[in-house]
Amino acid sequence: MERRAPAPAMTRSEGLTLMEALDLARWQFGITTVYHFFFVPITIGLSFLVAGLQTAWFRTHKEKYLRLTKFFGKLFLINFAMGVATGIVQEFQFGMNWSDYSRFVGDIFGAPLAIEGLLAFFLESTFLGLWIFGWDKLTPRVHLATIWIAAVGTLLSSYFILAANSFMQNPVGYTFNAERGRAELTDFMAVLTNKVALITVPHQIFACFMVGGAFMAGIAMWHVVRHPTRDVEAFLTALRLGAITLLVAGLGVIVTGDIHGKIMTEVQPMKMAAAEGLYETEKPAPFSILTIGTLDGSAEVYKLEIPRLLSYLGTGSTNGEVQGINALQAEYEQKYGPGDYSPNIPITYWTFRAMMTVGFLAMLAGVAMLWSTRRGRIPTSRWMLRTAIVLPFLPLIGNSFGWIFTEMGRQPWVVFGLMPTAAGVSPGTTVFEVLLSLVGFSLLYGILAVVEVKLLLMYISRGLPVLELDDLDDDLDAPLAFAY
Amino acid sequence: MELTTFWFILITVLWVGYLVLEGFDFGVGMLVGVLAQNDTERRVLINTVGPLWDGNEVWLLVAGGATFAAFPEWYATLFSGFYLPLFLILLALIVRGVAFEFRGKRDDPAWRRNWDIAIIVGSGLPALLWGVALANIVHGVPIDGSKEYVGNFFDLLNPYALLGGLVTLTVFLVHGAIFVALKTVGEIRVRAQALALKVGVAAGALSVVFIVWTGIDQGEPLVWLLGLLAAAAFVASLGATIIERDGYAFLATSAAIALVTVMLFVGLFPDVMPSSLDPAFILTSDNASSTHYSLVIMSWVAVIFTPIVLMYQSWSYWVFRKRIGVQHIPDGVRVP
Repeated sequence: MERRAPAPAMTRSEGLTLMEALDLARWQFGITTVYHFFFVPITIGLSFLVAGLQTAWFRTHKEKYLRLTKFFGKLFLINFAMGVATGIVQEFQFGMNWSDYSRFVGDIFGAPLAIEGLLAFFLESTFLGLWIFGWDKLTPRVHLATIWIAAVGTLLSSYFILAANSFMQNPVGYTFNAERGRAELTDFMAVLTNKVALITVPHQIFACFMVGGAFMAGIAMWHVVRHPTRDVEAFLTALRLGAITLLVAGLGVIVTGDIHGKIMTEVQPMKMAAAEGLYETEKPAPFSILTIGTLDGSAEVYKLEIPRLLSYLGTGSTNGEVQGINALQAEYEQKYGPGDYSPNIPITYWTFRAMMTVGFLAMLAGVAMLWSTRRGRIPTSRWMLRTAIVLPFLPLIGNSFGWIFTEMGRQPWVVFGLMPTAAGVSPGTTVFEVLLSLVGFSLLYGILAVVEVKLLLMYISRGLPVLELDDLDDDLDAPLAFAY
Repeated sequence: MELTTFWFILITVLWVGYLVLEGFDFGVGMLVGVLAQNDTERRVLINTVGPLWDGNEVWLLVAGGATFAAFPEWYATLFSGFYLPLFLILLALIVRGVAFEFRGKRDDPAWRRNWDIAIIVGSGLPALLWGVALANIVHGVPIDGSKEYVGNFFDLLNPYALLGGLVTLTVFLVHGAIFVALKTVGEIRVRAQALALKVGVAAGALSVVFIVWTGIDQGEPLVWLLGLLAAAAFVASLGATIIERDGYAFLATSAAIALVTVMLFVGLFPDVMPSSLDPAFILTSDNASSTHYSLVIMSWVAVIFTPIVLMYQSWSYWVFRKRIGVQHIPDGVRVP
C-alpha cells in the first residue's frame, strides 16, 4: 500500500530527517486546522442567527432587531474575515506537506474540494460582499436574501468538506489501482452518501449552532448583567434566541452523536476502543467517566465507571460486545502486516470525554441563563457574569476536542486501512521548509488571534449601535451606507 | 475532445479569471501606498474593491481545487515543489484579507497605518510571486523520475521567472490604476490615469521582452500570435486611458492579462509541468490526470455551476458599479 518502499540502505540521519518532517507536517496540520476551525463554527452558527434577526426586523420593523443584526453582524464579519484568510492554507497544505497523500487520493478527494469552492465559496464570498456593502444598494427583501444565501453557502461548504473527510475515516466508492499506486473513484454517489458523512454532517452542523447560540447568549448575558440600563430588552431577546438555539442544537448533537458512536464502532472499532482505553474485549463493556493511573493498561489507580454504557454507545445494546485494542491489534496485524495500529490512547481517551463534558456544561449554562431571566427577571449575580464570559468558549473547544479525537483516533492511518499517515507526507520537502512554515503560520496566527480578540472585545463592550438616519436616495454624493 | 484537454482548458479559464480579477485588486492594494494622500483617499481606494476582492480570490481556491481534482499529480508536484514561494503567498494573502476587514474597524492612525502596510505588501508580494511561479511552470523546472521537484528555492528565481514576476507586478499596478480611474471621481481619478500611463510604459516594455522570450522558448506560432494580441491590447488600454475612456481601458488591460495567461498555457500544453532534467520526466495532462470517471463527474458539475457563478458574480459587479469619491466616505467607523 505504501507508494514508496523505504530504501534499504537509509542512513540514520536520513531516517531522522524524514521522521522530523513528518512530525512537523502533522503539527502544522493540527495547529492550522484547529485554529481555522475556531472561526468556522462561529461563522456557520452566527450567519443563520444574524439572518434570523434580520428577518425579524424585516417582518416587524422593530428597531431592536435591526440594531441586534448590526451588532452581531459586525462580530460575525470579524470572525468571517479570519476564517476566510486562514482557510486558504487549508486547501494548499495538502499539496505542500502531503503531496504523496494528494497523489494517492486526489482522484477521489479532489472532487469534493473543488465542488466546495465552486458551489460554496463563491456563494459565501459574493453574497456576503453584497450583504456588507449592499444596505443602500439593494431593496430590503433582496438584501435579506443575500445573508440567507451566504448562510446556505456555509452549509454546502460543510457538507462537501465532511464528505471528503469521511472518505478518510471510511473509504468507500473506490478501487485500488496497483499499477498507478493510487485509489481511484468508482462511485461518486457512494462517496457523497458515505454513512460516516451522513451522520457527521448533522452532528457538526448542530455543533456549529451550539457555538453560535453560546456566542450570542454569552455576549447578551454579559451586557444584561454588566449594563442593566443599556438596551436590556434587546439583549434579553438575543439571550433567549442564543440560549434556545444552544439547547435545541445541544439535543441534536447528543442524538446524532449517539448514532455517530455506533457507526464509528462499526467502521473504526479501534477508535471506539481507544476512546475508552479498552484493551480487552468486553461484553458488556462499561464506560469510565475518568481514570487515574497509567493508561497503557499496566496500572490503574482509580476508575469511575458506569456499567454497560460503552456497550450501549458502541452497539445500541446494553449487553453488546465491544472489541478491545489487543484483539483489534492482532486482527490488523494479520490484515495489514506488522505494525502498531492503535492511536495515542491518552489523547483519544481524554478528548472524547472533554468533548462531551464541555458540551453538557454549555447546555447547563444555557438552562441557567433561561432560568435566571424567566418572566422578565434581570440577573445581577457575579456568577452569571462569569458564566456569560466562559460560555462562548465551551462549545468552541468542544468542537476542537471532537476533531482532535476524530483525527487522532484514526491514526496511524491517514486514510483508514489504505494509507498510513507516514506514507502521505511530501518526500521532497525539507525539514527547514516545513519548520519555517510551521513557525511562520504559528506566529502570524498568534498575532492575529490577539488582534481579533481585542477587536471583538472592543465591539462587544460598545454595545448596540445607534441607527443613523440615512440620507435621501436621490442624493448622488451621499456617503455609502457602509465603507471599509 | 479529450476530457483531460477540457480540464486543461477549464483550469486555464480559472487562472485567467483569477489573474484578471484579483489582478486589479492586487493593483489597487499596492496603490494604497502611492496614489492616496490621506486616510479618506486611502479609503476611497480600498472601497473600490471592498465588496469584490473576496469573490475574486475564490477563483484561486477553485483553480487550486480543480487542479487537485483533475490533475492530482500536477497539484502535488507544484505545491510541494514551489513550497517557499507558496508559503510567502499564503502569508501575504492571509494578512491582506484580514487587513481589508480590520483596517476600518478602529479610528486610530497607527492601527490604520499598520494595516495599510499589510495591504500594500500583501498585495505586492503575491502579484510578483504568481508571475514567478507561472513562468517557472511554463519554462520547466528540475523534476525527477518520481515526479518530485528536486531544485531549491533559488532555482525558481531564474531570470525568465523573475521577469515574469516583474511583468505581473507592473501590469497589475496598471490594471489596478485603470480600475481606480474607472471607479472613482475627482482628483484621485486624474492621478490614477497619470500613474497608469507612467507605469504602463515600463510594464509594456517588460511585457514585450517577456512575450518575445516566451515565443522563442516555446516556438509555437499560436504563442507568438497570442503574445502579439496581448501587446496590442495593452497598447490599446494606454491609448484609451489617454483619451479618458476608462471602461475601454479596463477591458483592454483585462484582455491583455487574459491573452498573456492563455499564451502561457498554450505554450505549456499538453504538458502541465515540464521537467528541465529529462523529457521522460515531464508531467503531461495525460499522465498527471485523474480517471475518466472522475473527470466526467467534475465536468458535469463545472458545466452546470460555472455559468451560475458567473451570473451572480457579474450581478454583484453591476450592483457596485457606481463611481465613488471622497464625498462618499462616511465619517468615523460605521457598522455594516
